[in-house]
Amino acid sequence: MAQTVIDTANHIAAYAAKAARVQVIAAYPITPQTSIVERIAELVENGELDAEYIRVESEHSAMAACIGAAATGVRTFTATASHGLVLMHEPLHWASGSRLPIVMPVVNRALGPGWNIWADHTDSMSQRDTGWIQFYCADNQEVFDTIIQAYKLCENERVLLPVMICLEAFILSHTYMPVKLPDQKKIDDFLPSYRPKWLLDVNNPLSHANIVSSEWYMEFRYMMQEAMENAKQLIPEIDKEYGKYFGFEHHGLIEKYKCEDADLILLTIGTMGSEAKIAVDNLRNEGLKVGSARVRVFRPFPKEEIRKLAENTQLFAIIDRGISFGMEGFLAEETKASLCNQKDQPLIAGFIAGLGGRDVTFKTIEKIAKKSAEWMRRGRVEKETVWVDLRE
Amino acid sequence: MMVSIKELPKEEYLLKGHIACAGCGASIALRLLFKALGNKVIMVVPACCSSVIPGPYPFTSFAVPVQNIIFEAAAATASGIVAALRKRNVKDVTVIGWAGDGGTFDIGIQALSGAAERGTNFIYICYDNEAYGNTGVQRSGATPYGAWTTTTPTGKKERKKDMPFIMAAHRIPYIATACPSYPMDFVTKVKKAKGIEGTKFIHILAPCPTGWRYDTSKTVEIGRLAVQTGMWALFEIEHGKFKLNSPSDGLMDKTKRKPVKEYLTLQGRFRKLTEDGVKKIQKWIDEDWERYLKLVSNSASDLALYGKI
Repeated sequence: MAQTVIDTANHIAAYAAKAARVQVIAAYPITPQTSIVERIAELVENGELDAEYIRVESEHSAMAACIGAAATGVRTFTATASHGLVLMHEPLHWASGSRLPIVMPVVNRALGPGWNIWADHTDSMSQRDTGWIQFYCADNQEVFDTIIQAYKLCENERVLLPVMICLEAFILSHTYMPVKLPDQKKIDDFLPSYRPKWLLDVNNPLSHANIVSSEWYMEFRYMMQEAMENAKQLIPEIDKEYGKYFGFEHHGLIEKYKCEDADLILLTIGTMGSEAKIAVDNLRNEGLKVGSARVRVFRPFPKEEIRKLAENTQLFAIIDRGISFGMEGFLAEETKASLCNQKDQPLIAGFIAGLGGRDVTFKTIEKIAKKSAEWMRRGRVEKETVWVDLRE
Repeated sequence: MMVSIKELPKEEYLLKGHIACAGCGASIALRLLFKALGNKVIMVVPACCSSVIPGPYPFTSFAVPVQNIIFEAAAATASGIVAALRKRNVKDVTVIGWAGDGGTFDIGIQALSGAAERGTNFIYICYDNEAYGNTGVQRSGATPYGAWTTTTPTGKKERKKDMPFIMAAHRIPYIATACPSYPMDFVTKVKKAKGIEGTKFIHILAPCPTGWRYDTSKTVEIGRLAVQTGMWALFEIEHGKFKLNSPSDGLMDKTKRKPVKEYLTLQGRFRKLTEDGVKKIQKWIDEDWERYLKLVSNSASDLALYGKI
């Protein structure tokens, strides 16, 4: 029977791992991810989740153990945040290059120095080139559903790439929200047990990840790029199928809200997308034709969807909770790159907001929209990147 | 009981066409390892000579499944494989970590320590050629005092880490040293390790003509001299009990051991070592053997190893 619980996104992520019947978990504690692996430890030790749990001595080893387990043909799970994620940088590449379907929630937290445990997207966004698929969630329900969808996606032979489920520190990780947990039998129907195409098997000895010279290396990398393109096609399909099974879906690659007739579109990622919808309603009451588009999947990047949105709007106001130093916000970069060579591009205004956990409420977003509307009317963006509420 | 050479299977799982250097001590050990265990093994190989030895895609000269992995992660990756095999209820497969000295003493020691502390059921084998051989002979934590490497052009100034005793401090059930010059000793130890539950650590001294600067025909001889001089001792620590193995068990009397100079002068890497340097090494060897002597004769040896004194 489906049931509704009220719990934090971290606990919900643990329940999703259980619902996906993960077989091996290798994990290391880091704030604010810890309550995921703590809850999983309870589930394993009280017998609710029949899995092997490896309490490794670092995140680097967590990912290496996941690689070993996934290559041995079992469904594998870990979770991390911030410094733990960047310590994993090397095995992240090895996991995707090995084409292993590992799923990992990343609780987005700022990187030091100075020490800061609050929300910031720079940790996972700085891993965007590792060959991992990246989802960014806007609420706890989406965390649960996306973890289940992620296994379906990454175990598909046309994909076979690992997946990060990104959720912001405290805003989601430690915030209680009602979440509908579907009936386990239905989840099992939707997500059958993992059937690996190949594995470490003494009866069929293969050498995994051995030396590949320049004669073949490019072909392997091309296949990863193809897999990302396949994922782009499969993500909305799997989301729709999930909707048919369980009654709700999560907008595929990008969540659009009142964009059809919008002159100005607020382009966001993560929980800022939820705040943006409130801002849109308020601003529409004031007569501003504004819409919100929340990027749910950052890798593969939904270029085509962005281009479609760009056709009928005059300005994109892009809000990033992260910065690529020496350039600009990650989402702003990717959006601009997506629009290159397109006719009739909208104006683009970039905003950096909420770094290190500073609140980005609908009020902040309304302010951003009003400034952008002013520039839209003048037909000129006066500042390419605005740092919102910066003490100067 | 020592395994007899007649008991070794004819099957080869290190196939022809591998690309190890001529005279490579590690590849002799590798061949023996497969002879000892057969093909019901899964190998985890971090960056090291053995990630090159099998040859490039689409070929390999290892006839067993191999997971190649990043430098520091052999033991952690093996943990994942062991867990997955347990989950899949596969019971007749031995997981082997096969790493060089750099991947064991230096960059991989954290993952190895973690896996040992967790009691991961696998055999970790360090084939120690006392330098980063694959990248062109740079010094590692295993390089002995006085040895030339490309990053110690005038000879290393520090001593080698005592890796087997670092592992002993983890209270794992089985630790052994070996050398391919004593093949049946190594095979016996591998077979014994296979039958023990938990983390097993086997440390092989693997003479390396390329890095040690000696003639490729002398690998077995160099390995023998390492043992005969006492520079390398063959021993086991089984459930905390220390035991010297043949021929090291006959070398407890100092006069039975050849002077270390005989071992050192055969190798170009020690060419710049002074007489004082040789004396220093000889003194350290003698001190090590005093410790071995105490461990063999003292019934409290297990307590010493297990940190109770």
